[in-house]
Amino acid sequence: MTAIDTGPVPLRATPLGRIRKDYFSSPLSTAVSLLCFGLLLWIGWVLLDWGVLRATFSAEARQAECRAAGGACWSVIANRWRLILFGLYPYEEQWRSALACIAVIATMVLSCIPFLWTGKRIASVWALGFATFYLLMKGGLLGLPLVREEQWGGLALTLFIFTATAIIGMPLAIAFALLRNSTLPWIARTTGAVIDAVRSLPLISILFTCAIVLPFVLPDFVLQEKLYRVIAGSALFFAAYQAEIIRGGMQGVAKGQDEAAMSLGIPYRHRVARILLPQAFRNALPATINQFVITFMETSLVVVVGFFELLSSANAAFGTSEWTFAFVEVYVFVAFLYFIFVFGLSRYGAFLERRMATGQR
Amino acid sequence: MALLQHQKSRNALLQILYVGVLLALVVTAALTARHNLQAQGILSGWNFLWKSTGWDMTFSLLPTSSSDPYWWVLLMGVLNTLFLGIIGLTFATLVGGLVGLARVSDNKAARLLGTIYLEIFRNIPLIVQVFFWYALANRLPSPRQAIEAGGALLSNRGIYLPGLNIAGWSVAAGFLTLALGLTLLLWLALARRFRRVPPVLRRRRGLAVMLVTLVTLAAIFFLGHTPGTPLLTLPELKGLNIRGGYRIQPEVYALAFAIAIYGGAYIGEIVRGGFIAVGTGQTEAAKALGLSEWQSFTRIRLPLAIRAMLPILTNQYVWLIKATTLGIVVGFADFFMVVASAITHSGQTLELIGILMAGFLIINFSLAAVMNRINRAIALKGHQNRS
Repeated sequence: MTAIDTGPVPLRATPLGRIRKDYFSSPLSTAVSLLCFGLLLWIGWVLLDWGVLRATFSAEARQAECRAAGGACWSVIANRWRLILFGLYPYEEQWRSALACIAVIATMVLSCIPFLWTGKRIASVWALGFATFYLLMKGGLLGLPLVREEQWGGLALTLFIFTATAIIGMPLAIAFALLRNSTLPWIARTTGAVIDAVRSLPLISILFTCAIVLPFVLPDFVLQEKLYRVIAGSALFFAAYQAEIIRGGMQGVAKGQDEAAMSLGIPYRHRVARILLPQAFRNALPATINQFVITFMETSLVVVVGFFELLSSANAAFGTSEWTFAFVEVYVFVAFLYFIFVFGLSRYGAFLERRMATGQR
Repeated sequence: MALLQHQKSRNALLQILYVGVLLALVVTAALTARHNLQAQGILSGWNFLWKSTGWDMTFSLLPTSSSDPYWWVLLMGVLNTLFLGIIGLTFATLVGGLVGLARVSDNKAARLLGTIYLEIFRNIPLIVQVFFWYALANRLPSPRQAIEAGGALLSNRGIYLPGLNIAGWSVAAGFLTLALGLTLLLWLALARRFRRVPPVLRRRRGLAVMLVTLVTLAAIFFLGHTPGTPLLTLPELKGLNIRGGYRIQPEVYALAFAIAIYGGAYIGEIVRGGFIAVGTGQTEAAKALGLSEWQSFTRIRLPLAIRAMLPILTNQYVWLIKATTLGIVVGFADFFMVVASAITHSGQTLELIGILMAGFLIINFSLAAVMNRINRAIALKGHQNRS
């Protein structure tokens, strides 16, 4: 099931022959090749010219110098990168924010190692990473001054929302999936209705409801901090989607497995934890990583309910009259940051898919 | 105790407990909310729907004013969401089709271009792209220095296209006619009941539908034409602003553009998957029968690929419709933004959240229903050869 290739395969493919086959097999193909390469070269040249050759990198340069040079004004990044990465976090304490980001990124990298892919190991890695992050960011212990959640911002806040969503959402998703697959009809149906309702709503409306409406609905002592309400909403949304992915993975597990376990007298919780879920997760791994990618991108939606995360601090970075002209550079920088995370994750997902495909063959 | 020993009664009890706890949660939340809102002097109920809003919509297809009642403004919000959704979906599908075809073509250069496009635009959050295009649209030159391109004017107030000098109602009627005509054409082409009709007759019927649609359109435009003005107006600079033609606001086109670009990347991947799902044997059989490249593409690969990609496409469409809620970050009055501002102005939180949920449920379920209907109509009966 690879790309369709019906052309005759030459017995000895010379490099020149291969180029001819790939790019110039017919007049139409030649035209398309020339057009595509022309477009690529043109875009590449424009970007190189704007972003590197005529760009200004010095931190001292301002609008006048940048305009004179005629290219990108990376001075805005040189001046404002701390605001973009750390938001309104106290200036002297920003090393903590940086360390916390590194801790979370290390956690994400660690969880890509197959050795850690058992329920207990992966859970402890994430709990440890999250605890390190929280301790570093919040402080108030070990001589670190306390920094309240309102002051968190930038990349650190984005990563915090993402990890918290994953840590709360994943167990919730497993619970949803098991409940929806329950043999008791009313439990299955009610859970199904809840999942479908959440899935049909846009995430923004859920975040909005959690941030602005929930205070009316909840008694005073629950979820006072707006950040945690929004995380709860985001986790619920993640769980609804992830539950369906896990359920799809469960459907791929042969029924005989469960029946065999039952006939051996293995209790339900062991059947689920040791037989059903490990196989379901294996089946659902590519889709799960895809869901993580989407969730990471969707953390940027919290800007709508007034959080100072990466995108919002980027908007602030060119918000002063001094830098208002340099919005393209700031957005390119932020897009690049998102791109690194998302592209890395999705490449890893593609790698896993190939790796598992060889195992199944 | 004996009751708990029995499997059946234990199951029943468990279910009652589960549903009961969920219901209790919802009811407590609703009661607390009602109590808290009443403490602020807001009465619950649906009466507010008939009160006038007191604020203006930033964009609406039909005329609105600040004295319109809430139900009308909410309805306009739904219309805006559908409007943007349809534009976004159409262009995303076009872009996606192009990208997908490039990605499955034999030409490596086209494949490379498609891959680069896909990887760049799929891996940057949609909201970042919306912000970027909107910022760019707002920094176009002022109307005085507007960029001219083939009769259209580009400025920071919006894109001005050449338009027809016709009344608002006839524009709406025209769009309705066009939509009806297209639906009818699609139905004629796809519905099972016309499967047996000979192609000549089918083509003739299709032509008739097109002709009737065009004639009706012309009649509507003729009736709606403001007397004493030329039918076609070109946008031109008058004083400080641009007059004439159609204005597309920056919010609308920035959002539609971002959705088309981002959605196109995802749909491109779906299209590629659809073509890959067509068995190699099918293409080889087509070749063996002496079909040309073009025939094999239009008659064999494309129809089979569409069947393979349609179910996934439905999910993507639902997702893109939900993405129109990003209108709130650029100030486009979509359904969600209208509901959000209605909440801040009227305080009828619970009712409006209910309306929001119901609205999106209805939109998404009808979209899914239409797509499933198409899916069923074109599905191959019997077996589907996939390898």
